[in-house]
Amino acid sequence: MTNVLLEARGIGKRFGGVLALKDVSLTIRCGEIYGLIGPNGAGKTTLFNVFTGLYPRDGGEVEFAGKPLQLDSPHRVAAAGIARTFQNIRLFGNMTARENVMVGRHVRTRAGVFGAILRSRAEREEEAAIRRRADELLHYVGIADRADDLARNLAYGDQRRLEIARALATEPQLLALDEPAAGMNATETAALRELIEGLRRDGVTVLLIEHDVKLVMGLCNRVAVLDHGEKIAEDVPEVVRANPKVIEAYLGTSAH
Amino acid sequence: MGWSVKHKLGLVAVAVALIALPFVLAMAGTAWVRITNFAVLFILLSLGLNIVVGFAGLLDLGYVAFFAVGAYVYALLASPHFGLHLPFWVILPIGALVAGLAGAVLGAPTLRLRGDYLAIVTLGFGEIVRIFMNNLSAPLNITNGPKGINLIDPFRIGDFSFATTAGALSGPIKYYYFLLIVLLAVIVINRRLQDSRIGRAWVAIREDEVAAKAAGIDTRNIKLLAFAMGASFGGIAGGMFAAIQGFVSPESFILNESIMILAMVVLGGMGNIWGVIAGALLLSFMPELLRYTVEPAQKALFGRMLVDPEVLRMLIFGFALVLTMRFRPAGLWPETRHRRELDADRK
Ligand SMILES: Nc1ncnc2c1ncn2[C@@H]1O[C@H](COP(=O)(O)OP(=O)(O)O)[C@@H](O)[C@H]1O
Ligand SMILES: [Mg+2]
Repeated sequence: MTNVLLEARGIGKRFGGVLALKDVSLTIRCGEIYGLIGPNGAGKTTLFNVFTGLYPRDGGEVEFAGKPLQLDSPHRVAAAGIARTFQNIRLFGNMTARENVMVGRHVRTRAGVFGAILRSRAEREEEAAIRRRADELLHYVGIADRADDLARNLAYGDQRRLEIARALATEPQLLALDEPAAGMNATETAALRELIEGLRRDGVTVLLIEHDVKLVMGLCNRVAVLDHGEKIAEDVPEVVRANPKVIEAYLGTSAH
Repeated sequence: MGWSVKHKLGLVAVAVALIALPFVLAMAGTAWVRITNFAVLFILLSLGLNIVVGFAGLLDLGYVAFFAVGAYVYALLASPHFGLHLPFWVILPIGALVAGLAGAVLGAPTLRLRGDYLAIVTLGFGEIVRIFMNNLSAPLNITNGPKGINLIDPFRIGDFSFATTAGALSGPIKYYYFLLIVLLAVIVINRRLQDSRIGRAWVAIREDEVAAKAAGIDTRNIKLLAFAMGASFGGIAGGMFAAIQGFVSPESFILNESIMILAMVVLGGMGNIWGVIAGALLLSFMPELLRYTVEPAQKALFGRMLVDPEVLRMLIFGFALVLTMRFRPAGLWPETRHRRELDADRK
């Protein structure tokens, strides 16, 4: 049995009258790619927002890497080792690709105002290291040649990659990707798939929300299915695929 | 980072020009040296406000409050009002600190606000500070109310006073050099901040606060830092203002001043240090230039005064602002170009 990285118990979330998450529990193990699927409006993104501290939850606990996770502020979640991307890409548009990734290093570095003003040796070395790491990560996700372009001028697929690079810059143990293949063509999706498999090889645990069922089934070690805010299945892809509830709720209602 | 010969020569030329400038201006009249000094004060204020508005993207309509805090700190610690006469190099850092604290005090309750809402709250803050200065004269007379504080000490280093004339060095010229040094320091500080971990965090918040949070930035602290840093520059400028004027009163710190400083930042190009400096210079000098040209021009053209110069001056001034914003909405010298330059510099 592999180690548990994240364990969520009884997560609830409501928006006014809408119960977006009902008593959701799930367990993500170290080193796996964990898929989260479900029809539109099932609550997948909401669960991400709760896990990353962007939305306050209405009940439930999350344990991460053996410790209770403080969900009250996003930067603490990032510091604890969870990084994410957004369904509707959120980059710093007027910063270069490199600067976007450099921002991701913020949480692992420490130079303050005085270091910056005095350009102390420690600050200069840290700054150089931040820059080096950013360039490595741009290379890793395959957009090294775009380093000096403004983020908003990147092609769509490259923007998705850049968001992943920025997330990786925080040195996450768990990388949460919200529909990374949305809007991508077949070539871009294939390249993305390779990138995510590479992440697993490099020991990053991935939580993947995805609409592309083929991608999820081929990539994930385990898959959970959300429907109307409830988890209706959690297992290896083959078993989930055969689950009648899933077929009815998800595969039945979507075009796939 | 290699400086080319051309670069070095250019730098030397600028330095010589800046050193010679006050003497050239003095030929046209000492008033022009004073006007230049005030322009430099406004550059300092604009650079301070630029940290809040330009870097971090937080609209602040009450910035003059920090200028006021710095000015009153200086006035209270170096005048007969309390009989205190501390040296300026002690007071200026105190003023920066107190103003920085005031910035944090303003920042703390406004962290969740953005845009228009933030503008309204900061506007209120600016007014509150001014009203305090107006009314803190009873029961304990701290600010001397609307009458203000008089006979403020000039800068002194030992026997060397900045207020007196020594040969060709008039008081305003001495202050000019002092202001120039402070300005250089502030420019260096600004550039370094902009190009640092903190500066990146400010821009990230400005660009997308949610993404900045998720990327691990403690947006609360980083915003407070922007408010405090910006305010402390205002505090330093305020201290120098008090010393140069020798007199402070609440009248100097009205909402109009906040708006003028903001206009300098926006006109020049938010976020770009050089743009902001250009904006501050332009808006400081244009009214003065117009003051000296509107009247003679009318006399020459029509033989007599048709329109009151003050009215015409403000009209032209406003018109120029509208035109600039119409044709260069991002300011005369916007930020992105500068960013690129910076990147090229570092390579
Ligand atoms: N900020 C919000 N305010 C109100 N309702 C929301 C908000 N975010 C999500 N919801 C609602 O919660 C439900 C789940 O949405 P979401 O998590 O985005 O679904 P998914 O990502 O699975 O498509 C939907 O009914 C949606 O309308
Ligand atoms: Mg979603």
